Amino acid sequence: MANHPQSGQQAEYYEGPPTLVKGEHSFHDITNLVSHHAEKKTPMAWLAAFSVASLGVVLLLTMLAYQVWNGVGVWGNNQPVAWGWPIVNFVFWVGIGHAGTLISAVLFLFRQSWRTSINRAAEAMTIFAVICALIFPTFHVGRVWVVYWMLPIPNQMEMWPQFKSPLLWDVFAVSVYFTVSLLFWYVGLVPDLATLRDRAKNIWRKRVLGFFSLGWTGANRHWRNYEKTYLILAGLATPLVLSVHSVVSFDFAVSIIPGWHTTIFPPYFVAGAIFSGFAMVMTLLVVARVIYNLKDLITLDHLEKMNIVILVTGSIVGFAYITEFFVAWYSMVEYEQYAFLNRAIGPYAWAYWIMMTCNLIAPQLFWVRRFRRSIPLMFAISIVVNIGMWFERFVITITSLHRDFLPSSWGYYTPTFVDIGTFIGSFGLFFFLFLLFLRFVPMVAVSEVKGVMPEADPHFYDDHGDGHSAGTPTPAPQPSGGTS
Amino acid sequence: MLKQLTRQIKLSMGIFESNGDTTYGVLAEFSNPGTLLDAARETRKAGYRYFDTHSPFPVHGMDKAMGLGQSIIGPIVFGGALAGLALAVWMQWWMGAIDYPLNISGKPFFSTEPSTPIMFELTILFSALTAVAAMLALNGLPRPYNPLFYSENFRRATDDGFFLHIGANDGQFELERTQEFLESIGGYNVEVIEDRETATATSE
Repeated sequence: MANHPQSGQQAEYYEGPPTLVKGEHSFHDITNLVSHHAEKKTPMAWLAAFSVASLGVVLLLTMLAYQVWNGVGVWGNNQPVAWGWPIVNFVFWVGIGHAGTLISAVLFLFRQSWRTSINRAAEAMTIFAVICALIFPTFHVGRVWVVYWMLPIPNQMEMWPQFKSPLLWDVFAVSVYFTVSLLFWYVGLVPDLATLRDRAKNIWRKRVLGFFSLGWTGANRHWRNYEKTYLILAGLATPLVLSVHSVVSFDFAVSIIPGWHTTIFPPYFVAGAIFSGFAMVMTLLVVARVIYNLKDLITLDHLEKMNIVILVTGSIVGFAYITEFFVAWYSMVEYEQYAFLNRAIGPYAWAYWIMMTCNLIAPQLFWVRRFRRSIPLMFAISIVVNIGMWFERFVITITSLHRDFLPSSWGYYTPTFVDIGTFIGSFGLFFFLFLLFLRFVPMVAVSEVKGVMPEADPHFYDDHGDGHSAGTPTPAPQPSGGTS
Repeated sequence: MLKQLTRQIKLSMGIFESNGDTTYGVLAEFSNPGTLLDAARETRKAGYRYFDTHSPFPVHGMDKAMGLGQSIIGPIVFGGALAGLALAVWMQWWMGAIDYPLNISGKPFFSTEPSTPIMFELTILFSALTAVAAMLALNGLPRPYNPLFYSENFRRATDDGFFLHIGANDGQFELERTQEFLESIGGYNVEVIEDRETATATSE
């Protein structure tokens, strides 16, 4: 009936399409597989996990209220360590967020179709991690009720923020990052929310989903603008994600503290962020794919690819640790040399060697293919990596500060119960939000997964022979039948 | 003239006006993306212009088959990017050097280097907001009411159904002929979509 002049040249490609989705699934199966988790009755296990996470949120709120009431003195911060756990936790959480954007935007631009099954959950993780991150600087300002002074809002004092300060750059970088991530996530969600809307039985459920899905009908006139927007958002998010942790590193690098004042910080922080973020995605997905029976969508191949990213970025980070030592030695600056020697053999050597073991040595196991494909091992390493990355920020922040230029003020920093409680509470908030996401939102990008299936290609239905001659289109199946 | 322009703009958003009566258009289902692509090509060849296809995911080559050009989102976003950049430059210069100059270690009140991060961030922010706003505006979304939602079968458009819809306001639209045409190009489950809201509006 119709000719496909271009199909001949592409025949080779279509002969061996990559199998991103395992098992025999039709489009309808994919819809069911993902959607029914957002539609079924609330499972008991979810309620149990949600209760535990809620306790964490209560702990977080209590600790924050206690801190606001009493002032930041309840934390372990003091001179010379004026930046303690709150900054460590902030950088830790922002870093975790980076993997989500990397998976959703950078891998999209590089046409890595395998991302489709993990990008939704990874982006959700980004948004929740950035929320957790923002808590710490917000409360670290001390008087949280005037936190809006950080924004350029006209006020009766006729004062403006100081734009030469890296801390203000950070305000802009992280809030823009949050906004753009949220937009990107939501735009990606619209077609899937429409899928849920069209499956909804309950009128109120239909109305709520109808509101959020904006009246999406899958019209090609809409897809045309939609795909372009998605591409542009990916293009914008890519330099953004690289800039965010660079700006975070400026908080340190623009100062003149030995151990912080290094030009290696921006790329080294970005690599570390991707490293910890992928580890967190791994931790979450290894569990979620089993509980939610998504093994055919989030396959072992996906996990292996993520392990390769962990291996690469872990090695970059490890290389940066060693480079720092080399530069300190080569600079011949006494203070710089001392700061690094003090990291490795000083009072915080224990933290330094935890960091080295977890970040540099542990991921090297992934050179072996059998280890890369072992679920228990990758789960363990993903947790080890995040412990290591938390310690990296701890080492950078604390060891550089605790012995400053004036030896009489040297001291040893220890966190208080409020520091620890707030940190544990932030995990509670993270899992609280993530569990809500798993319960109510399609956790895999349904329309994108369908789009990368071989059946989604219009030429899949051409003559299955040599692909050169135009065949008659597949006859229409009976109305009840789906796709072949 | 103006009415024609409105119709064209609405068409680009996938909104079809009813043609005086309550008929909104004719909807036909196709078995898979391949047949849908062929059907779109045939529909265009037959002279129809006010039509749209609906699929659970974007079908490659459909824009070309339907005779749609490039989306104009790109240039619009570029405008947003320039606005963000200009705002960032103006804000940091005016606030930091004119309205509230502060001497920090003898640094200049305004210079490019320390202004770069915020210039970058606001460029990205404005571009992203423009991209999403432009996408919604060009698509005529949010659109909570759509006569297509009356069709039970159409619910599968977001699951595994592939549909082609010809609007009643197409110059060539004739109910029986268009139905037959859709069947002749391989469509099934052909149904007439009624715009019930206009129906109630005219009866009142």
